Amino acid sequence: MRKMTYGEGIREGMRSKMLEDPNVVLLGEDVGPYGGTFGVTKGLWEEFGEERVRDTPISEGIIVGASVGAAATGLRPVAELMFIDFLTFGMDGLVNQAAKMRYMFGGKISVPLVLRLPAGGGISAGAQHSGSLEAWVTHVPGLKVVYPSNAQDAWGMMLTAIEDDNPVVYIESKVLYSKKFEVDDTVAAVPFGVASIKREGSDVSIITYGKQVDDALNAAKVLAEEGIEAEVIDLRSLYPLDKEAIFTSVAKTHRALVVTEEVKRGGYGGELSAMISELCFDELDAPVVRIGALDTPVPYSPALEAYVLPNADDIIQGIKSMF
Amino acid sequence: MYRKMLSIRKFEKTASTFFAEGKIPGFVHLYIGEEAIAVGACANLRDDDYITSTHRGHGHIVAKGGNLKYMMAELFGKETGYCKGKGGSMHIADAELGILGANGIVGAGHLIATGAAWSASYRGSDQVSVCFFGDASTNQSTFHEAMNLASLWKLPVIFVCENNLYGISVSQARHQTIKDISKRGEGYCMPSFTADGNDVVTVYEHVQKAVRRARNGEGPTLLEFKTYRQHGHFEGDPGAYRPKEEVEAWLQKDPIPRFEKYLTENKLMTADELKQIGDEVDGEIQEALDFAFASGYPALEASVQGIYSDIVEEARSR
Repeated sequence: MRKMTYGEGIREGMRSKMLEDPNVVLLGEDVGPYGGTFGVTKGLWEEFGEERVRDTPISEGIIVGASVGAAATGLRPVAELMFIDFLTFGMDGLVNQAAKMRYMFGGKISVPLVLRLPAGGGISAGAQHSGSLEAWVTHVPGLKVVYPSNAQDAWGMMLTAIEDDNPVVYIESKVLYSKKFEVDDTVAAVPFGVASIKREGSDVSIITYGKQVDDALNAAKVLAEEGIEAEVIDLRSLYPLDKEAIFTSVAKTHRALVVTEEVKRGGYGGELSAMISELCFDELDAPVVRIGALDTPVPYSPALEAYVLPNADDIIQGIKSMF
Repeated sequence: MYRKMLSIRKFEKTASTFFAEGKIPGFVHLYIGEEAIAVGACANLRDDDYITSTHRGHGHIVAKGGNLKYMMAELFGKETGYCKGKGGSMHIADAELGILGANGIVGAGHLIATGAAWSASYRGSDQVSVCFFGDASTNQSTFHEAMNLASLWKLPVIFVCENNLYGISVSQARHQTIKDISKRGEGYCMPSFTADGNDVVTVYEHVQKAVRRARNGEGPTLLEFKTYRQHGHFEGDPGAYRPKEEVEAWLQKDPIPRFEKYLTENKLMTADELKQIGDEVDGEIQEALDFAFASGYPALEASVQGIYSDIVEEARSR
C-alpha cells in the first residue's frame, strides 16, 4: 500500500495508458507545461512531449469537437475542460456528435474519447465554477458517465475509460484532488457498472458517489453510535449503473437515502430515487429520502456555500427522519 | 466527374419524387444545383481521406464514392441502409470511405473535420480532411474555433464553403455583412479564395492546390464556392423567399449542362457518350430503388441496440 492523492491517481491512470498506447493523447487548456488548472497533468508534457500533451486555445467547442474527430479516426484522446460548467460550450460535440454517432451511423463509427470534467463546490469558486451537472450527461444515451470517489478508483477507472470504445464522461471532484488515499501497489482496471460497498449495514442504504462518499461514511459512523447501521454504496459509475447492488442492498435494509451534490430539481438523485421507488416499492419501510444542494446556484461566500451544499449532518438528519 | 454529378442529380430527383409521394419520411435536403462542388472537390481525394458533410449530404457521399443502394435504402428507413435505418438522409456515414457523417447540426462538422486532420497529422499519415459547410454555418462559433486551431496547428484540413446564398430562408445579406466568406480566412492567416461553384473544373483546380498544400504539411485552406440550390431548403419548402428572377438566372448556370457543354466543345466526349453515361446512371438508380424496395424494415428490437459498443440494450424499460 502507498499514499496517493486523488489527482495523482487520475494522472497515473492516464500515464500508464500513454506508456502502453501511442494513440492516447491529452488536450485541453493549460494541460501542457502548466500541468493543468488543478495540477492533474503535471509532468506529462515533460515526459511525453508537445505532440501528445497539447495545450489548446481557451476554446471548449474545439477541444470537445476535435476530440470527437480524432477519436473517430484512430486516436484515443483524453480531453480536459477546466470546470464542468464550461461544458456548455462543448455540449454539441458531446451530446449531438460523440454520443449519437455510433447509433445514427448504424455502428460504423465509434468515438473512444474521455472527457475529464472537474466538478462540485467547496472551494469558493462561485456559481460558474462549482457546478454538479452529472444529470446533464447521464440523461444522454450513448455516453458513459463515471465519478470516482478515491485515488485507487480514479486510477483504475481511468484505465477502463481510456480502453473503452465509447465516449466516457469522467467527472472529478475538485475538493478531492489534494486528498490522500491508500492505494494498492498494483492498480487494476475498475470495470464500469460495478458499485463498491464501502460499509456494510443492516438498517438503511446510503446510495451515493464522488465526494459524498466521505460524507456518507462520516454520517454512518455517527449513526452507528446511536444504533443505526448504515450501508454505504459508492456507485462509481453512473452509467452503466449497478442496479443490482442498489436493489440487493435495499432488499436487506428496507430503507434508502440518495445523496448527491447536485441541486435536487431534475437531478440524477431523482432518477435513482424514482428507480428504487418504482422497482423496490415492496421492500421499502419508508419513502426514499433524497439529499442534495439547495435549489440555488452555488454562492461564493464560504459560509453560504457550506450552507447550500449537502454534508454529513444533512445525511444524519435525513436518515433519522426515516425511523 | 460527369458520371458522379449525374448520379447525384438523378438520385436526388428520385428522392424528391418519392418524398412528394409520402414514401420517404422525415426531412430531405437536396443538393440539386450544387453538384459541381462535391464532385470537383472529392475528385482530388483518396478513399482514406476524410470528409465531413452537412444536412445536405447526398452529394458529398456520392462524390466520395458512397454506395447508391445503401443510401437509397437508408432514405426509405430499411435495415439494409447505410445506418440500418436509424440515421436517415441527414446521418449517413461510411468509415471505410472516410465519410465522417452527414450532420444535422449546423457547424458541427468544422470541429470534427479539424479533429480528423489533427489525428492524421499526429499519426504521420498524409491523409487530408475536407470540411463541407454552408454560408450560414460560418456564423457559428465552431467555424471560428476550427479555423483558429487548424491554422495554429497547421492541420491538413480544407474548409469548403458552399455559399448557396441562403441560410434556410434568410439571404446572405441578412445574416452577415460580408459578401465573400473567404475574407474570414484572412483573420486566421489562411490562404483563402472565392470561386465559381457551378463550374466543376474550377472547383477541381482550387481543391487540388489546397489538397497538395495540406498533404505537404503546409496547413489549411479556406475555399468559398458560390452556388445555388435549385430546390427549397428542404423538400416541401417552396422557397417563396427567393425572387423568381434570381432563381431563373441561376438555373441558367446549372452546373450539369455547363459541364456537358465544356466536355463536348473541348471534344473530350461526344453527345452520344454523355447520353450513354446518363442511361447507365439511370440503370444504377433503378437498381438502388429495387434494392431499397426489396429490403425489409429493421426489427423493432434494433431500436435499442447499437448505442454502445459493448452494452447490449436488451430490454430497456420505458
